[in-house]
Amino acid sequence: MCDTCGCGQPNEAVTIRKPGEDGHSHPHHHEHEHSQPHDHSHSHDHGREIVVETDILSKNNLIAERNRGYFEAKNIFTLNLVSSPGSGKTTILEKTISSLKNQITCAVIEGDQQTMNDANRIDATGAAVVQVNTGTGCHLDSDMINQGVKKLDLENDSILFIENVGNLVCPALFDLGEAHKVVIISVTEGDDKPHKYPTMFSVSDLCIINKTDLLPYVDFDIEKCKEYARQVNPNIEFIELSATKGDGMEKWTNWLLSKTSLN
Amino acid sequence: MHEMTIAMNIVDIVCKQANDENAHKINSVNLEIGTLSGIMIDSLEFCFEAACKNTIADGAGLNINIIKAEAFCQTCNNNFSIESDFSPCPICDNFNYKLLKGKELSIKSFNID
Repeated sequence: MCDTCGCGQPNEAVTIRKPGEDGHSHPHHHEHEHSQPHDHSHSHDHGREIVVETDILSKNNLIAERNRGYFEAKNIFTLNLVSSPGSGKTTILEKTISSLKNQITCAVIEGDQQTMNDANRIDATGAAVVQVNTGTGCHLDSDMINQGVKKLDLENDSILFIENVGNLVCPALFDLGEAHKVVIISVTEGDDKPHKYPTMFSVSDLCIINKTDLLPYVDFDIEKCKEYARQVNPNIEFIELSATKGDGMEKWTNWLLSKTSLN
Repeated sequence: MHEMTIAMNIVDIVCKQANDENAHKINSVNLEIGTLSGIMIDSLEFCFEAACKNTIADGAGLNINIIKAEAFCQTCNNNFSIESDFSPCPICDNFNYKLLKGKELSIKSFNID
Protein backbone atom coordinates (compact mmCIF):
# COMPACT_ATOMS: atom_id res chain seq x y z
CA MET A 1 0.00 0.00 0.00
CA CYS A 2 1.23 3.50 -0.76
CA ASP A 3 2.45 5.35 2.31
CA THR A 4 2.31 8.66 0.50
CA CYS A 5 -1.40 8.99 0.02
CA GLY A 6 -2.52 5.88 1.87
CA CYS A 7 -4.79 4.98 -0.97
CA GLY A 8 -4.23 1.27 -1.24
CA GLN A 9 -2.33 1.59 -4.48
CA PRO A 10 1.39 1.06 -5.00
CA ASN A 11 3.65 4.16 -4.98
CA GLU A 12 4.24 3.63 -8.66
CA ALA A 13 0.76 5.09 -9.24
CA VAL A 14 2.08 8.57 -8.39
CA THR A 15 3.72 10.21 -11.41
CA ILE A 16 5.67 13.45 -11.70
CA ARG A 17 6.34 14.69 -15.21
CA LYS A 18 6.76 17.69 -17.48
CA PRO A 19 4.41 18.27 -20.43
CA GLY A 20 5.43 16.01 -23.33
CA GLU A 21 7.25 13.59 -21.04
CA ASP A 22 6.32 9.96 -20.41
CA GLY A 23 5.18 9.14 -16.90
CA HIS A 24 7.59 7.29 -14.68
CA SER A 25 7.27 5.94 -11.21
CA HIS A 26 7.51 8.10 -8.15
CA PRO A 27 11.02 7.39 -6.84
CA HIS A 28 10.46 7.17 -3.12
CA HIS A 29 10.15 3.72 -1.67
CA HIS A 30 8.58 1.87 1.21
CA GLU A 31 10.81 1.66 4.21
CA HIS A 32 8.63 -0.19 6.64
CA GLU A 33 8.88 -3.89 7.22
CA HIS A 34 6.65 -6.28 5.33
CA SER A 35 6.28 -10.04 5.33
CA GLN A 36 7.05 -10.54 8.99
CA PRO A 37 5.85 -13.94 10.23
CA HIS A 38 2.25 -13.68 11.34
CA ASP A 39 1.76 -14.17 15.03
CA HIS A 40 -1.56 -15.55 16.24
CA SER A 41 -1.07 -14.97 19.94
CA HIS A 42 -3.38 -12.54 21.75
CA SER A 43 -1.92 -9.22 22.80
CA HIS A 44 -1.91 -8.86 26.57
CA ASP A 45 0.28 -5.76 26.51
CA HIS A 46 2.66 -7.31 29.02
CA GLY A 47 5.60 -6.54 26.79
CA ARG A 48 7.94 -3.59 26.85
CA GLU A 49 6.63 -0.05 26.62
CA ILE A 50 8.61 2.17 24.25
CA VAL A 51 8.14 5.93 24.67
CA VAL A 52 8.46 7.81 21.40
CA GLU A 53 6.69 11.21 21.67
CA THR A 54 6.77 11.61 17.91
CA ASP A 55 4.64 13.87 15.76
CA ILE A 56 2.76 11.60 13.36
CA LEU A 57 3.47 13.94 10.47
CA SER A 58 7.16 14.28 11.39
CA LYS A 59 8.41 12.70 8.15
CA ASN A 60 6.32 15.05 6.02
CA ASN A 61 7.27 18.05 8.17
CA LEU A 62 10.98 17.24 7.95
CA ILE A 63 10.96 17.15 4.14
CA ALA A 64 8.78 20.30 4.11
CA GLU A 65 11.43 22.13 6.15
CA ARG A 66 14.09 20.90 3.75
CA ASN A 67 12.04 22.33 0.87
CA ARG A 68 11.58 25.58 2.78
CA GLY A 69 15.34 25.92 3.28
CA TYR A 70 15.92 25.41 -0.43
CA PHE A 71 13.31 28.05 -1.31
CA GLU A 72 14.77 30.54 1.15
CA ALA A 73 18.33 30.01 -0.07
CA LYS A 74 17.28 30.69 -3.65
CA ASN A 75 14.80 33.42 -2.70
CA ILE A 76 11.89 31.56 -4.27
CA PHE A 77 8.52 32.77 -2.98
CA THR A 78 6.38 29.63 -2.75
CA LEU A 79 2.60 29.54 -2.44
CA ASN A 80 0.41 26.51 -1.85
CA LEU A 81 -2.94 27.13 -3.57
CA VAL A 82 -5.80 25.14 -2.08
CA SER A 83 -9.51 25.05 -2.94
CA SER A 84 -12.43 22.88 -4.00
CA PRO A 85 -12.30 21.55 -7.55
CA GLY A 86 -13.48 24.13 -10.07
CA SER A 87 -12.77 27.31 -8.08
CA GLY A 88 -10.58 28.67 -10.90
CA LYS A 89 -7.06 28.01 -9.61
CA THR A 90 -5.58 27.19 -13.00
CA THR A 91 -7.23 30.18 -14.70
CA ILE A 92 -5.90 32.48 -11.96
CA LEU A 93 -2.42 31.04 -12.52
CA GLU A 94 -2.58 31.44 -16.32
CA LYS A 95 -3.57 35.11 -15.99
CA THR A 96 -1.09 35.77 -13.19
CA ILE A 97 1.87 34.28 -15.05
CA SER A 98 0.99 36.23 -18.19
CA SER A 99 0.69 39.55 -16.39
CA LEU A 100 3.93 39.07 -14.38
CA LYS A 101 5.89 37.82 -17.36
CA ASN A 102 8.13 40.86 -17.68
CA GLN A 103 8.65 41.31 -13.94
CA ILE A 104 9.36 37.94 -12.35
CA THR A 105 9.84 34.32 -13.39
CA CYS A 106 7.08 31.94 -12.28
CA ALA A 107 7.09 28.14 -12.13
CA VAL A 108 4.24 25.78 -11.23
CA ILE A 109 3.80 22.37 -9.67
CA GLU A 110 0.36 21.06 -10.63
CA GLY A 111 -1.39 18.47 -8.47
CA ASP A 112 -4.31 16.43 -9.77
CA GLN A 113 -5.39 12.84 -9.41
CA GLN A 114 -5.20 12.30 -13.17
CA THR A 115 -4.39 13.99 -16.51
CA MET A 116 -1.80 16.45 -17.77
CA ASN A 117 -4.53 18.99 -18.63
CA ASP A 118 -3.56 21.68 -16.12
CA ALA A 119 0.18 21.33 -16.79
CA ASN A 120 -0.48 21.71 -20.51
CA ARG A 121 -2.45 24.90 -19.87
CA ILE A 122 0.42 26.33 -17.78
CA ASP A 123 2.97 25.13 -20.34
CA ALA A 124 1.18 27.26 -22.96
CA THR A 125 1.96 30.39 -20.88
CA GLY A 126 5.68 29.64 -21.15
CA ALA A 127 6.21 28.99 -17.43
CA ALA A 128 8.14 25.90 -16.26
CA VAL A 129 5.72 23.29 -14.95
CA VAL A 130 5.58 19.73 -13.66
CA GLN A 131 2.42 17.74 -13.14
CA VAL A 132 2.08 15.49 -10.11
CA ASN A 133 -0.64 12.88 -10.63
CA THR A 134 -1.52 11.40 -7.28
CA GLY A 135 -3.56 8.48 -8.68
CA THR A 136 -6.35 8.19 -6.13
CA GLY A 137 -4.49 10.29 -3.53
CA CYS A 138 -6.32 13.29 -2.12
CA HIS A 139 -3.45 15.74 -1.45
CA LEU A 140 0.14 16.63 -2.28
CA ASP A 141 2.82 15.86 0.29
CA SER A 142 6.23 17.41 0.83
CA ASP A 143 8.12 14.54 -0.82
CA MET A 144 6.15 15.01 -4.06
CA ILE A 145 7.17 18.68 -4.01
CA ASN A 146 10.79 17.71 -3.31
CA GLN A 147 10.77 15.42 -6.34
CA GLY A 148 8.90 17.94 -8.49
CA VAL A 149 11.32 20.76 -7.63
CA LYS A 150 14.26 18.61 -8.73
CA LYS A 151 12.70 18.39 -12.19
CA LEU A 152 12.03 22.11 -12.45
CA ASP A 153 15.52 23.63 -12.14
CA LEU A 154 14.06 26.74 -10.49
CA GLU A 155 15.58 30.17 -11.00
CA ASN A 156 16.74 32.32 -8.10
CA ASP A 157 14.47 35.26 -7.17
CA SER A 158 11.33 33.69 -8.61
CA ILE A 159 7.83 32.56 -7.63
CA LEU A 160 6.75 28.92 -7.34
CA PHE A 161 3.03 28.22 -7.33
CA ILE A 162 1.92 24.82 -6.07
CA GLU A 163 -1.61 24.04 -7.23
CA ASN A 164 -2.81 21.43 -4.78
CA VAL A 165 -5.36 18.71 -5.51
CA GLY A 166 -8.86 20.24 -5.46
CA ASN A 167 -9.95 19.31 -1.94
CA LEU A 168 -10.75 21.54 1.03
CA VAL A 169 -10.01 18.88 3.65
CA CYS A 170 -6.83 16.82 3.37
CA PRO A 171 -4.30 19.34 1.96
CA ALA A 172 -4.76 21.44 5.13
CA LEU A 173 -2.70 18.99 7.17
CA PHE A 174 0.33 18.67 4.92
CA ASP A 175 3.04 21.33 5.03
CA LEU A 176 4.85 21.43 1.69
CA GLY A 177 7.47 24.03 2.62
CA GLU A 178 5.47 26.98 1.28
CA ALA A 179 5.63 30.55 2.56
CA HIS A 180 1.82 30.81 2.61
CA LYS A 181 -1.25 28.75 1.92
CA VAL A 182 -3.74 30.63 -0.23
CA VAL A 183 -7.32 29.36 -0.14
CA ILE A 184 -9.48 30.12 -3.18
CA ILE A 185 -13.25 30.15 -3.07
CA SER A 186 -15.52 31.07 -5.96
CA VAL A 187 -18.87 32.82 -5.62
CA THR A 188 -20.63 29.86 -7.22
CA GLU A 189 -19.93 27.95 -4.00
CA GLY A 190 -21.72 28.49 -0.68
CA ASP A 191 -20.67 31.53 1.37
CA ASP A 192 -20.57 29.26 4.44
CA LYS A 193 -17.58 27.25 3.13
CA PRO A 194 -15.29 28.70 5.87
CA HIS A 195 -17.57 27.15 8.50
CA LYS A 196 -17.94 23.87 6.64
CA TYR A 197 -14.18 23.46 6.12
CA PRO A 198 -12.68 25.51 8.96
CA THR A 199 -9.30 23.76 9.10
CA MET A 200 -8.37 24.94 5.62
CA PHE A 201 -9.33 28.54 6.38
CA SER A 202 -7.51 28.48 9.71
CA VAL A 203 -4.19 27.47 8.10
CA SER A 204 -4.41 29.90 5.14
CA ASP A 205 -3.02 33.45 5.19
CA LEU A 206 -4.90 34.76 2.18
CA CYS A 207 -8.36 34.01 0.80
CA ILE A 208 -9.04 34.78 -2.84
CA ILE A 209 -12.73 35.15 -3.71
CA ASN A 210 -12.91 34.37 -7.43
CA LYS A 211 -15.56 34.71 -10.16
CA THR A 212 -16.89 38.01 -8.75
CA ASP A 213 -18.30 38.80 -12.23
CA LEU A 214 -20.98 36.17 -11.50
CA LEU A 215 -22.16 37.85 -8.27
CA PRO A 216 -25.33 39.31 -9.86
CA TYR A 217 -26.47 35.80 -10.79
CA VAL A 218 -25.75 33.85 -7.61
CA ASP A 219 -26.85 33.89 -4.00
CA PHE A 220 -23.42 34.52 -2.47
CA ASP A 221 -22.92 37.10 0.29
CA ILE A 222 -19.27 38.22 0.20
CA GLU A 223 -19.41 40.00 3.56
CA LYS A 224 -20.94 36.97 5.22
CA CYS A 225 -18.26 34.72 3.73
CA LYS A 226 -15.53 37.04 5.05
CA GLU A 227 -17.14 37.17 8.46
CA TYR A 228 -17.25 33.36 8.65
CA ALA A 229 -13.62 33.13 7.52
CA ARG A 230 -12.51 35.72 10.12
CA GLN A 231 -14.27 33.75 12.83
CA VAL A 232 -12.03 30.82 11.96
CA ASN A 233 -8.93 32.93 11.32
CA PRO A 234 -9.02 36.59 12.48
CA ASN A 235 -5.80 37.40 10.57
CA ILE A 236 -6.82 36.11 7.14
CA GLU A 237 -6.54 38.61 4.26
CA PHE A 238 -8.96 38.78 1.30
CA ILE A 239 -8.67 39.61 -2.37
CA GLU A 240 -11.79 39.65 -4.55
CA LEU A 241 -11.24 39.08 -8.25
CA SER A 242 -12.51 37.71 -11.50
CA ALA A 243 -9.73 35.83 -13.25
CA THR A 244 -11.66 35.59 -16.52
CA LYS A 245 -12.67 39.30 -16.68
CA GLY A 246 -9.54 40.67 -15.02
CA ASP A 247 -11.22 42.68 -12.24
CA GLY A 248 -9.13 42.66 -9.07
CA MET A 249 -6.20 40.85 -10.67
CA GLU A 250 -3.92 43.84 -10.16
CA LYS A 251 -4.54 43.73 -6.42
CA TRP A 252 -3.44 40.08 -6.43
CA THR A 253 -0.31 40.63 -8.52
CA ASN A 254 0.59 43.63 -6.34
CA TRP A 255 0.19 41.44 -3.26
CA LEU A 256 2.55 38.91 -4.84
CA LEU A 257 5.14 41.52 -5.76
CA SER A 258 4.99 43.15 -2.31
CA LYS A 259 5.61 39.78 -0.68
CA THR A 260 8.48 38.79 -2.92
CA SER A 261 10.30 42.09 -2.27
CA LEU A 262 11.72 41.77 -5.76
CA ASN A 263 9.76 44.58 -7.42
CA MET B 1 -9.47 10.30 3.54
CA HIS B 2 -6.19 11.65 4.94
CA GLU B 3 -6.74 9.41 7.98
CA MET B 4 -5.30 6.58 5.88
CA THR B 5 -2.10 8.57 5.36
CA ILE B 6 -1.99 9.30 9.09
CA ALA B 7 -2.49 5.60 9.88
CA MET B 8 0.27 4.61 7.45
CA ASN B 9 2.60 7.16 9.05
CA ILE B 10 1.87 5.77 12.53
CA VAL B 11 2.56 2.20 11.44
CA ASP B 12 5.71 3.27 9.60
CA ILE B 13 7.11 5.11 12.64
CA VAL B 14 6.35 2.40 15.21
CA CYS B 15 7.52 -0.47 12.98
CA LYS B 16 10.85 1.22 12.36
CA GLN B 17 11.39 1.91 16.06
CA ALA B 18 10.19 -1.57 17.04
CA ASN B 19 12.69 -3.02 14.61
CA ASP B 20 15.48 -1.07 16.35
CA GLU B 21 14.32 -2.64 19.62
CA ASN B 22 14.42 -6.14 18.03
CA ALA B 23 10.70 -6.57 18.71
CA HIS B 24 8.81 -9.34 16.94
CA LYS B 25 5.38 -7.96 17.66
CA ILE B 26 3.72 -4.63 18.41
CA ASN B 27 0.90 -5.13 20.91
CA SER B 28 -0.52 -1.64 21.11
CA VAL B 29 0.06 1.96 20.15
CA ASN B 30 -0.78 4.99 22.30
CA LEU B 31 -1.69 8.24 20.60
CA GLU B 32 -2.61 11.74 21.63
CA ILE B 33 -5.08 13.45 19.32
CA GLY B 34 -6.59 16.89 19.80
CA THR B 35 -10.26 17.54 19.11
CA LEU B 36 -9.27 20.24 16.55
CA SER B 37 -6.54 18.24 14.82
CA GLY B 38 -8.74 17.58 11.80
CA ILE B 39 -8.76 13.82 12.39
CA MET B 40 -11.89 11.69 12.58
CA ILE B 41 -11.21 9.13 15.29
CA ASP B 42 -13.55 6.45 13.90
CA SER B 43 -11.99 6.73 10.49
CA LEU B 44 -8.46 6.59 11.93
CA GLU B 45 -9.27 3.44 13.93
CA PHE B 46 -10.63 1.80 10.81
CA CYS B 47 -7.62 2.79 8.73
CA PHE B 48 -5.13 1.80 11.44
CA GLU B 49 -6.33 -1.77 11.40
CA ALA B 50 -5.89 -1.92 7.63
CA ALA B 51 -2.50 -0.19 7.73
CA CYS B 52 -1.17 -2.74 10.24
CA LYS B 53 -1.81 -5.71 7.95
CA ASN B 54 1.35 -7.57 6.90
CA THR B 55 3.51 -5.73 9.42
CA ILE B 56 4.60 -6.65 12.95
CA ALA B 57 1.82 -4.34 14.15
CA ASP B 58 -0.86 -6.62 12.67
CA GLY B 59 -3.67 -6.86 15.22
CA ALA B 60 -2.21 -4.16 17.48
CA GLY B 61 -4.59 -2.25 19.72
CA LEU B 62 -4.96 1.49 19.31
CA ASN B 63 -5.39 3.62 22.45
CA ILE B 64 -6.26 7.22 21.77
CA ASN B 65 -6.04 9.88 24.43
CA ILE B 66 -8.31 12.64 23.16
CA ILE B 67 -7.11 16.11 24.12
CA LYS B 68 -9.96 18.59 24.49
CA ALA B 69 -9.18 21.87 22.82
CA GLU B 70 -8.56 24.88 25.04
CA ALA B 71 -8.01 28.50 24.07
CA PHE B 72 -6.83 31.74 25.68
CA CYS B 73 -8.92 34.79 24.87
CA GLN B 74 -6.69 37.77 24.13
CA THR B 75 -9.55 40.21 24.63
CA CYS B 76 -10.75 39.22 28.10
CA ASN B 77 -7.70 37.18 29.21
CA ASN B 78 -9.67 34.04 30.08
CA ASN B 79 -9.06 30.41 29.23
CA PHE B 80 -11.99 28.48 27.82
CA SER B 81 -12.66 25.10 26.27
CA ILE B 82 -13.42 25.41 22.58
CA GLU B 83 -15.63 23.07 20.57
CA SER B 84 -14.89 24.11 16.99
CA ASP B 85 -12.56 26.31 14.90
CA PHE B 86 -15.19 29.03 14.86
CA SER B 87 -16.57 29.23 18.39
CA PRO B 88 -16.35 32.67 20.00
CA CYS B 89 -15.05 33.19 23.54
CA PRO B 90 -18.04 32.27 25.75
CA ILE B 91 -17.25 35.17 28.12
CA CYS B 92 -16.77 38.16 25.80
CA ASP B 93 -18.02 36.71 22.47
CA ASN B 94 -14.83 37.65 20.58
CA PHE B 95 -12.86 35.50 18.14
CA ASN B 96 -9.50 36.93 19.17
CA TYR B 97 -7.96 33.92 20.89
CA LYS B 98 -4.93 31.69 20.85
CA LEU B 99 -5.33 27.93 20.83
CA LEU B 100 -3.50 26.37 23.81
CA LYS B 101 -4.22 22.75 22.98
CA GLY B 102 -6.37 20.67 20.69
CA LYS B 103 -4.15 20.31 17.59
CA GLU B 104 -2.16 17.35 18.98
CA LEU B 105 -1.34 14.55 16.58
CA SER B 106 1.39 12.45 18.13
CA ILE B 107 2.49 8.96 19.08
CA LYS B 108 3.25 8.83 22.80
CA SER B 109 4.42 5.23 23.14
CA PHE B 110 3.89 1.68 21.99
CA ASN B 111 4.08 -1.75 23.54
CA ILE B 112 6.20 -4.57 22.11
CA ASP B 113 7.09 -8.20 22.68
